[in-house]
Amino acid sequence: MVKYTGWFMSQILVKDLSKTFSVAQRQPGLVGAIRGLFSRVYSEVHALNNVSFTIDPGELVGYIGPNGAGKSTTIKILAGILVPTSGECLINGRTPWRQRRDHVADIGVVFGQRSQLWWDLPVIESFELLRDIYRVPPQVYRESSAELIHMMDIESVLDTPVRMLSLGQRMRCDLVASLLHRPSILFLDEPTIGLDAVSKLAVREFVRQLNQQHGVTVILTTHDMDDIEALCRRIVVIGAGTILNDGDLAGLRRKINPERRLKVEFADNPVSISMLDSGQVLTEKTVRVVGHEGNTLHLAFDPGKITTTDLIHHISSRFAVKDLFVENPPIEELIAQLYGDTRVDKVSDV
Amino acid sequence: MYWRLALSSIKAQMQYKLSFGLSAAGQLAGTAIEILGIWALFTRFGSLPHWSLSEVCLFYGVVNVGFAVADGMATGFDHFGVDYVRTGNFDRLLVRPRGLILQLLAHELAIRRLGRLVQGLIVMVWALTDLGIDLEWPMIVFLIYTIIGGTCLFLGLFVFQAALSFWTVESLEVMNTLTYGGVESSQYPLSIYDDWFRKFFTYVVPLACVAYFPILLLLDKTDPLGSSRLFQLLAPVAGYLFLAAAILAFSRGVRHYTSTGN
Repeated sequence: MVKYTGWFMSQILVKDLSKTFSVAQRQPGLVGAIRGLFSRVYSEVHALNNVSFTIDPGELVGYIGPNGAGKSTTIKILAGILVPTSGECLINGRTPWRQRRDHVADIGVVFGQRSQLWWDLPVIESFELLRDIYRVPPQVYRESSAELIHMMDIESVLDTPVRMLSLGQRMRCDLVASLLHRPSILFLDEPTIGLDAVSKLAVREFVRQLNQQHGVTVILTTHDMDDIEALCRRIVVIGAGTILNDGDLAGLRRKINPERRLKVEFADNPVSISMLDSGQVLTEKTVRVVGHEGNTLHLAFDPGKITTTDLIHHISSRFAVKDLFVENPPIEELIAQLYGDTRVDKVSDV
Repeated sequence: MYWRLALSSIKAQMQYKLSFGLSAAGQLAGTAIEILGIWALFTRFGSLPHWSLSEVCLFYGVVNVGFAVADGMATGFDHFGVDYVRTGNFDRLLVRPRGLILQLLAHELAIRRLGRLVQGLIVMVWALTDLGIDLEWPMIVFLIYTIIGGTCLFLGLFVFQAALSFWTVESLEVMNTLTYGGVESSQYPLSIYDDWFRKFFTYVVPLACVAYFPILLLLDKTDPLGSSRLFQLLAPVAGYLFLAAAILAFSRGVRHYTSTGN
């Protein structure tokens, strides 16, 4: 048994957490369905295998991995929704699934795809209901609601029923709602999914302030690489139920794949790689074509072998270029490489 | 907290005034037709053996008041499979520091059920007056204890239905047969039914214990089926126990959910 002995220890302590689901296999056809009523064949899905990590107060951690890797399962266990098959977890000294009510009084949870606000009520009334549900003292509520509403800039929508809000407005309100009771930890499950650029930036800025000025510990799951780059100093990568990497983003890139991407849109006709690389210079520098559509070519290169400026110069001095884009390889690819095979999509997102 | 939430749900329902008005009026009309039906049966065919129209109306009133209250409170349980389990919204309730039953009761206080409640009360009071039953305190307390027993029983049916939806995502229409069918059949005295039917509504889903038996006591009438006065006095307890059993089943369901997800 792990003992939580004082405030100076980790706020979140996860040790050898495993979760196995039994999934009934469906057999095809009517006969299969009827047979399934009487005898079911179960297969075991190992959603988590001995996951361990610790998080200190005030950290902002990105928790990433492809669909079905075990992200949601982990978050659900930490939030007290799911009971693990084995392993331990202590958050603020409590085991989430054994002391559910005490535990959840001190955390905030935002599911990007699922609002916690009352659909037909004005936003402010949802806040007041949450105040009552969480038993927030009136004084605390007055202060924290005023501050959060100001930070998220939602004064103008407070009297609007939630069903009439845009997705971006709703997410801002949801963030405020999850923090009214001043939790010490905030779980954000894909908070920027489907948001427009302005709202994304606002959400990120808000999370950053919350973390830096108020010391709230934040655990963020996302598929948006920009969220990670903008916010997280530490990233935990999970794949097929196992922690694959735990560290900062730059370290992750160096470790897996230093490659960067150059997207070139040519002014006129499509340009093939053989035309582009008549002198074999690019091949020598290990520049590869990873895709093309219409007039656009996607190139992958290693900045250690050819600098970005040299590559751009090489191309633009020979062809008419309309637009250029330098980017990092998408996080999914990075993780797929980290994992090293294709088992990634085998397990559904539970 | 319950009342805050319940009040908000009423406010939310009031946002759709037309829909609210229509469904409350519909309920009122629907239950009025039921009463007309009973009345027509009696005028057309004389009376049921042993039972007068006003006695049957007393059954009707007591059962419907109990059911209307349960039905109004239990929307969260009634829609549980679709609204909470299938959508995963149940997770939301789990991350709030409150009891799950309380949160589900607070899901909605369906005021459109007022129609049935009002109707049931009117019929009940009329029947009591017509039968010339002395409403002294012990009687009133006994009547209320019976009606609450009925409310508990119907709530129990809704809670059972919710508990089942942890295991099956199929629609649980069969449970409606029990709730709505139960209301219909317990409006008539148990003695007119077949033996297996009586046993079912006494020992499995004890609807007779919150309608037929206690009302015999209220009417001071001998049971053609031969139940004792003591049994009639204690019978409504079955309703309370039924709800307790349903809540146990529901918490088993919650344990199942938290170990398997959805």
